[in-house]
Amino acid sequence: MVTTYIPNDLQEALAIKDAEHDVIVLAGGTDLMVRYHGDQGLLPRFENSVLFIGQLATLQQIEKRGNMLSIGAACRLRDLLEHPDVPEIIKKAVREMASPAVRNRGTIGGNICNASPAGDTLPPLYALGASMLIKNFAQSREVPIHSFIMGPGKVDLRQNELLIAIQIPLDTYNVLLYKKVGARKADAISKLSFVGMAKTADLMIEDVRIAFGAVGPRVVRAPELERLLIGKSIAKAREVFLLVKDGYSTLIQPIDDQRSNRKYRKTVSLNLLENFLTEYIKPGSGME
Amino acid sequence: MEKTIKFILNGNHMELTVNPLKRLVDVLREDCGLTGVKEGCGEGECGACSVLVGGKLVNSCITPLGTVASASIITIEGFRETARYQVLADAFAQAGAVQCGYCTPGMLMAAEALLQGNSVPTEEEIREALSGNLCRCTGYSMIVDAILHAAKAGEGLW
Amino acid sequence: MNNFTISDSVNKVDNQEKISGSVKYIGDMVTEGMLYGRTLRSTKARATIVAVNIPVLPVGYYIVDKDDVPGKNRVKYLEDDQPFFADQMVNYIGEPILLVVGPDRHIIKKILEAITLVYRDIDPVLVLEESEQCPGGAIFGENNCFAQYDFAKGAAAEVFPTVADIVLEEYRTGYQEHAYLETQGMIGVVQEGKVSIYGSMQCPYYVKNALIQGLGWDESRIRIVQVTVGGAFGGKEDYPSIIAGHVAFAAIKTGCPVAIIYERGEDMCVTTKRHPSIVKFKTGVDKAGNIKAMAVDIILDGGAYAGLSAVVLQRTLFNITGVYNIPNLVVNGKVMATNTVPNGAFRGFGAPQACFAVEMHMDNLAKRCGVESLEYKQRHMVQQGDTTSTGGSFVHEVKLPEMIAMVDEMSGYTNKCKAYATRREIGRKGIGISLFLHGCGFTGSGERDHIKAEVKLVRDARGDVEILVANVDMGQGLKTTLTKIVGTTLGLSLERIICVDPDTDRVPDSGPTVASRTIMIVGKLLADAAVEMKERWLEDGRIEVTKKYQHPTRIQWDEKNFHGDAYPAYSWGVNVVEVEVDPLTFAVDVLGVWTVFDIGVPIDNRIIQGQIEGGVLQGLGYGGLEVMDQHDGKIRQGNLTNYMIPTSMDFSKVHSKLVNNPYENGPFGAKGAGELTLIGAAPAYAAAVSQALNIHIARIPITPEYLMEVIEHGKDN
Repeated sequence: MVTTYIPNDLQEALAIKDAEHDVIVLAGGTDLMVRYHGDQGLLPRFENSVLFIGQLATLQQIEKRGNMLSIGAACRLRDLLEHPDVPEIIKKAVREMASPAVRNRGTIGGNICNASPAGDTLPPLYALGASMLIKNFAQSREVPIHSFIMGPGKVDLRQNELLIAIQIPLDTYNVLLYKKVGARKADAISKLSFVGMAKTADLMIEDVRIAFGAVGPRVVRAPELERLLIGKSIAKAREVFLLVKDGYSTLIQPIDDQRSNRKYRKTVSLNLLENFLTEYIKPGSGME
Repeated sequence: MEKTIKFILNGNHMELTVNPLKRLVDVLREDCGLTGVKEGCGEGECGACSVLVGGKLVNSCITPLGTVASASIITIEGFRETARYQVLADAFAQAGAVQCGYCTPGMLMAAEALLQGNSVPTEEEIREALSGNLCRCTGYSMIVDAILHAAKAGEGLW
Repeated sequence: MNNFTISDSVNKVDNQEKISGSVKYIGDMVTEGMLYGRTLRSTKARATIVAVNIPVLPVGYYIVDKDDVPGKNRVKYLEDDQPFFADQMVNYIGEPILLVVGPDRHIIKKILEAITLVYRDIDPVLVLEESEQCPGGAIFGENNCFAQYDFAKGAAAEVFPTVADIVLEEYRTGYQEHAYLETQGMIGVVQEGKVSIYGSMQCPYYVKNALIQGLGWDESRIRIVQVTVGGAFGGKEDYPSIIAGHVAFAAIKTGCPVAIIYERGEDMCVTTKRHPSIVKFKTGVDKAGNIKAMAVDIILDGGAYAGLSAVVLQRTLFNITGVYNIPNLVVNGKVMATNTVPNGAFRGFGAPQACFAVEMHMDNLAKRCGVESLEYKQRHMVQQGDTTSTGGSFVHEVKLPEMIAMVDEMSGYTNKCKAYATRREIGRKGIGISLFLHGCGFTGSGERDHIKAEVKLVRDARGDVEILVANVDMGQGLKTTLTKIVGTTLGLSLERIICVDPDTDRVPDSGPTVASRTIMIVGKLLADAAVEMKERWLEDGRIEVTKKYQHPTRIQWDEKNFHGDAYPAYSWGVNVVEVEVDPLTFAVDVLGVWTVFDIGVPIDNRIIQGQIEGGVLQGLGYGGLEVMDQHDGKIRQGNLTNYMIPTSMDFSKVHSKLVNNPYENGPFGAKGAGELTLIGAAPAYAAAVSQALNIHIARIPITPEYLMEVIEHGKDN
């Protein structure tokens, strides 16, 4: 029989995680309860003990400290929509996730640690350059998201560690594009998703961030391709659009599955990229 | 392994000694006899199991009981005692929003959750609020009309 | 008392119990001493079962299998090929092999997981186009064909050589899953030598007849009680007989009530689906492009067992010319067996497949000769007095011209069509129109020869009147509409009319709730009964009136040659759908849906509106969202996460109007409506997308992936 731990505070939770490495960490449960679902009238089929962390207030804080925003890992997706400091690109993604009821319970930390290739919070977090604050009972460390997510279902959490918070450098992007492509307009797992952000001023590209979701085992973000655009005038940048597009074309490696196929995912990803580069990064472009 | 979990259900204090992983939908339907909460898919997709937890819409089929300890839970059985329910029920009947009825309790909970937060929703906002409640019979429009109508008729209640 | 017209909407009789959550569905019911049953199913598409290894069972747990079928281990449909429990062979993934029954569902699950099977694989038939080659042997009969029919009209063989041009086209449709919100379920109870089955079903007498055969008991020992149905759409027409058998056998073996309530994933993978189809046209046109002769070949995928496939095939065949007058016609159709889930009834019953094919074909024939689609269709449209595809007659007024004019005014079709047709860029708007009909009631002489419906009205001592029929309210509002028919005829307030869910111990067999027949046929019998009861109203005490179906003599049908009037009456529809296609993602946004229907006279305006809005959304789902396919015989979209039915955000309001066209043999002039409303949506949607992208669409569901493919290759691969 499986044990369920309901710790009263974070220290207790960390102690349990230290003592029982295989314990399954459950915050909102909206992914885990589906993965382990056990039919009507049956307990869900967790094989290991379960550690509830959704009730820990310390993990539900959203705090701005200077230019950094810290989002507690157990913040409900819905809470992200309501907080004024949460970047708009994250809100755009969260608004289209699942359904209102799932957003009321699901957490950002759960979406990250689930590390699904189609996880909807991931592309915005990659684009923002988010890092993960991780703790065990003794110490803490910080890992950028692109290292934290190691592959489908795999994250850089050691056996006695918990994800505590998501740290996001805050900045103003005057060009924002989020596009989720799913089979229908709500309750759809992404076939692919696109994040495009840019900071333009005086016809110059000061910063650009691009990320693709669900087109590979992990989010595709390529700072080296972004750098081809940064610092250039918008007009000059156009000259390298094809190069940038080719660069992403090599990186985007989608699969065929019951939702879509690789050709569609790749073609549409590149369509969205091209649209972003040509229609969104232009003189006088304001907020999307 | 079992724990004693306390929560408030339709205004009543409850104390159950159960496995904290037990699905809220099974606790409500089987332990508490509240069969107005339906199971349609078991995976948080259809919304037939929707209840309010702390006033927020939740799919009870993917909610372990232990995660709603101390919370206030409202099901259709509790909601139907209120004046707001009566306004919604009349509106649903008037609008022709009920066919097979299986999605209906969930739709009412979604409507209540919406109106509590936004008492004058637009059609778009209503559709968004219902986006996690599937209906196969009505095509949704009559349900949307019902909620629009209820919002007007129930002025002051929400 | 009633000064209203019948169509005026009333508060549905079951509104309050459903809205309040107090009405009970079968999954809400528990009875004392009840056991649960779960089904062990084949994991092979085709195999013989060599061994079933069952662990030692705890006390109070049972296995129920083929050896526990007291009567014939065959579910009574048209053929006796489908067993309640697999005999020695399994023919599809998900086929029931045995039940594990007991008090604790956790233990049942453990037992199920501990049972091992040894199979010997047989080459399965998995591809419809290859279903005639069966290296492993035919699944059914000699050539793997459940049914094959052909019929002809005119002189196609003579006309074909004279035509100016021959156009060959092929169209395909995929599965559609009912996705009723309430999964299937039954409870069986045996008491004093009598079995009572409670559950979610459309046809209590079908279930009863299946149990008479499965138990080998006299009909007096079998009672079927329909419990509130949470949606059905045809998916609970035949399949419930299997579950009913299972709970009956289990209740007999254990001596306890047994409940089987399907899980969603189970229901989606193993219960009946809409038949996938391949339709091939060979159409001879004259120099102007008008149709001179048509030859059509239809193949349906029946899945592993015959079920209702032969009748679905018939309706597909008879509907393949849509609303068009094709004087020279040859139609061939067959439904083949494959080692996949057996397919069955789904709202439309072959007509959606036929309508998509013929409407797209007409659309393309129009394009070929440079004529606008609607204008081309109107050239070939039937009128009153024309012969049907089977040589019967359209005896009633065909209101299509009026309906087309109405929908044009509602939607702006003609003007928009001109505007959109001239655009060539991807990512534009398109508008499409579909014209369609639905034969109301059972095909051919089914009503007269097989169903022989009987209804009863009883006035009790208090003066209340009870409706006794076997027909089921599955959400379409039957309790309310039949109540209105009887109440209005008698001149009684509706509160005085009793109409409860049927119990075969109490109601005569008024036939199944299928084929859009209930209001038109059963409602008419009830209206006739009410007329008689009204005449006898002043009699003392209890009055009982029985009415039996009388087949109108004008309806001549030759079952062997498929000649004559296949249906007593037709309902008609015109749908317009306007779309915009996203040039980057190929996603289709529906900008508007406008519909006009002729269903005779609506018995309740709001109920009909609900049927329209629900049916149209199911049709749009069929056309553009609902992908279901199988891989190696396994359904790939086996849950509501992956099988996409429309949400509240996918489509906006459907605009609808009705034309008045009373049918003399329908109650208050009503005809069938339940299925009509689904049929035209997908073809109109497809035509709109086709125009928006200037491409030929040859299959549904239309996915963005498919559109991308067609655009790149210039045609459907």
